[in-house]
Amino acid sequence: MTSSTQTDAQLPVEDTETVVIRFAGDSGDGMQLTGNQFTTTSALAGNDLATLPDYPAEIRAPAGTRAGVSGFQLAFSSKDIHTPGDQPDVLVAMNPAALAVNIDQLKPGGLVIANTSNFGDKDLEKAQLESNPLTDGSLDGFRVIEIDINKRVSEALADSGLSNRDVQRCKNLYTLGLMYWLYSRNPEPTEEWLQVKFGEKKPELAAANIKALRAGYNAGDIHQLFQGRYQVKKCEELEPGTYRNIMGNPALALGLIAGAKLADLKLFLGSYPITPASTILEALASFKNYGVITAQMEDEIAAICSAIGASFAGRLGVTTTSGPGMALKTEAMGLALMTELPLVIVNVQRGGPCTGLPTKTEQADLNQAIFGRNGESPMPVLACSTVADAFECAIEACRIAVEYMTPVILLTDGYIANGSEPWRLPKIDELPKITSKVVKGGHGGNGEAFMPYARDEKGARPWAVPGTPGLAHRIGGLEKAHLTGDVCYDPENHEFMVHARNDKVMAVRETIPTPKVSGPESGDVLVLGWGSTYGAITDACDRVRKQGKQVSQMHMRHLWPLPKGLDEIFARFERVLVPEINMGQLARLLRGEYPGVEVHSYGRVKGLPLQAQEITEEILRILEK
Amino acid sequence: MAEKTLTKKDFKPDQDVKWCPGCGDYAILNAVQAACADLGYDRDNVVFVSGIGCSSRFPYYMNTYGFHTIHGRAPAVATGVIAANPDLAMWIVTGDGDALSIGGNHLAHILRRNPNVNILLFNNEIYGLTKGQYSPTSPEGTRTKTSPMGSVDHPFNPLSFALGCNATFVARTVDTHMKHMATILKAAAAHEGTSFVEIYQNCVIFNDGAFDEHTDKKVRDERTIDLEPGQPMIYGKERDKGLKVDGFQVVRCAPEEASIWDPTVQSAAPAFQMSTLDHDPEMPNPLGIFRAVKSETFDRAINDQVDAAVEKKGDGTLEDLIYTGELWEVS
Repeated sequence: MTSSTQTDAQLPVEDTETVVIRFAGDSGDGMQLTGNQFTTTSALAGNDLATLPDYPAEIRAPAGTRAGVSGFQLAFSSKDIHTPGDQPDVLVAMNPAALAVNIDQLKPGGLVIANTSNFGDKDLEKAQLESNPLTDGSLDGFRVIEIDINKRVSEALADSGLSNRDVQRCKNLYTLGLMYWLYSRNPEPTEEWLQVKFGEKKPELAAANIKALRAGYNAGDIHQLFQGRYQVKKCEELEPGTYRNIMGNPALALGLIAGAKLADLKLFLGSYPITPASTILEALASFKNYGVITAQMEDEIAAICSAIGASFAGRLGVTTTSGPGMALKTEAMGLALMTELPLVIVNVQRGGPCTGLPTKTEQADLNQAIFGRNGESPMPVLACSTVADAFECAIEACRIAVEYMTPVILLTDGYIANGSEPWRLPKIDELPKITSKVVKGGHGGNGEAFMPYARDEKGARPWAVPGTPGLAHRIGGLEKAHLTGDVCYDPENHEFMVHARNDKVMAVRETIPTPKVSGPESGDVLVLGWGSTYGAITDACDRVRKQGKQVSQMHMRHLWPLPKGLDEIFARFERVLVPEINMGQLARLLRGEYPGVEVHSYGRVKGLPLQAQEITEEILRILEK
Repeated sequence: MAEKTLTKKDFKPDQDVKWCPGCGDYAILNAVQAACADLGYDRDNVVFVSGIGCSSRFPYYMNTYGFHTIHGRAPAVATGVIAANPDLAMWIVTGDGDALSIGGNHLAHILRRNPNVNILLFNNEIYGLTKGQYSPTSPEGTRTKTSPMGSVDHPFNPLSFALGCNATFVARTVDTHMKHMATILKAAAAHEGTSFVEIYQNCVIFNDGAFDEHTDKKVRDERTIDLEPGQPMIYGKERDKGLKVDGFQVVRCAPEEASIWDPTVQSAAPAFQMSTLDHDPEMPNPLGIFRAVKSETFDRAINDQVDAAVEKKGDGTLEDLIYTGELWEVS
């Protein structure tokens, strides 16, 4: 908060560096839309940002109850930020349940904007509140702004001719308008978006929503609810380039298409809807003009099997799912592994085990990814660390699958899937080239038998696609004879093939970089993470350094095989701290692979992203040991 | 490879066939190899996909592309294969356990989607490869090691199942009836869409003679009827018996009163009716073509959508893919 300027309305505008807002309401209140619009507008204003949608698994739990509360947290900043923030500065609560569920996370002294229309006795009862928090003193220590939003919207749209129900559906836009005013945001991008969304088909709805948005915006000036306004300036720390705002699952979908294109292949997605992976299937279904085929199959098993079939026939097969779906696909993964066909398996992790917490995030499927199959079944595993990284990791997964003729597991999670951030777009010519193992034929006629299981120097076999002259051959889940691929029960051959498959997967190490250490190259503590905890760990390390203490950080993309050079890095540190949203799965893997290294596990399994603050405290605790 | 016409021998690979001596599968393999030659197939364009079980070893015995997949999942794998390349001649080989027990779900869904594949279901009413347990088509009361007092499960009728899924081509033939099998295989191959063929297949080890009641040469003419498209439903060694449709019933009648069999009617009801005659001791068990109707195929439809999207929006480039939406520059 450095300077103040005056607006037309003569209210001071204060500069502020980072703001965290949480919008919360009934799952039917349009909070996700409100949050997404604020995000887009902030992105266009040049802020760095990060978002965290938090919604119930039920589509519409009973209105007004705590179970039905849907939230959207957004951090926007003039600085480079890595997380949507531990604690919101502002809580917008559309009803008492939304207030009750979220108030504990609000920063001390934070701002509550409460829609008073929904604070009657019945509303309080539904929210399981014995007294009204607006009057019982429980909000002491917060700044509370009370607005009867329902009434204001009704007044603003009195002449709209819409039913009361439709009028009330505009209240999220009113709220958004008010927040735009408070943070000096231009409402025009949202107005344009509403025009496109309702467009010519429902012009009256477009007009009403725009009117509600403007009414909310103007309310800031007219009703003198606030002493001042804020502005968050453009972030100057973003690297130069062209940006767009994107969510994790769409970014991953684009990466899959790009990966296939870079390998000169066409993508086939076999999938089955499952939270929080479905939006990858939805995204890919809309990219048919990139030659993408998407098949929504009858179950998780059919989904992966169709992808395996497509890979056999020369497309790049992909299947997308979440934990329970991974469990179902297990046997088929073994088929892809045994037949040595390229396949990308995306697991958008959620809280487990079993059905678990469908809309919450977790990193507890790492063991399943690395070890969860019958027999000796090594498979490359990698994980995305940020929304933008999902794009790159998808390309990398395609590269490994295609160049090594192997199924590859790509782990992401609910936090990355639904979170959004500005994405610096890669230059097309900087994307990697991928060389597939497709054999064009030529074995016909010269008497030389085709060897479907002959291997190249990396250990990869040729990819002979049905329809190719002279290469007719049979593959299957039974053990293969070396070279010919015929069914073979010979004990020596089995052992040979088990090693051949493993050597091939381990050879992936030759083409993956050793992860970079940020901070000192040696020292007391190396904080080592994987997946979506990247932002929180980065923030935590910054906070520790601000206290004058030294800490180093390293983040893993490739989890199997582990990259080369880790032993040398670990040797330079007293201990390695591994924060994970599980009970210590990577920590256990590292202890097994690097027995001499002192590995501390910091595992939390709440279905929530790790917070920078808790990691900071853990680093400080370890440093004092 | 396509210049010379291939013979049955060209479809035999150098692998030893490892079914039990006397198994009905040998006859089917022979018939399929012959059909491939008769159909003028280019073997590089043919794919056999199977699941798990005795019948599912079939792809290893065909000198074409082949994929021996996992238990019950051949229809799902095949759906991916044919979607990726609709120009292939695609055959699925499966058994009663593979298709109707562990793979029941996938069978139902491939039939409703109607991709251009031919499904051969070898029905021997028993689990062979696991050594003789009752299957989902074993008659109630079948005594096996897992049902020592007789099975209590009601069996599936494979054809009723397929017709219930709105299968567009449904037929039945018998492993011992080579000529009939050849006709049915070629009709199945000619059908655009999913062709479902149940083949009564004798398991000499665990369920020998399961179909003798209908298919033994001594009784076959009297106890079966061949449903020939456009022909009156007449059977018997002397061609002296007929069937006619009477309301919602099929009844026996004099040959001159026999109804004309038409598998191309849109409704699956008449075919379903015929499929239920298999255990009626008073009636002949129908073989032949139960249903053959035209319907859009999954593989063509899904590829047509891609073509339509390309035509409408242009062939997407990496630049189009990434540099789209609301962009802004940071300098």
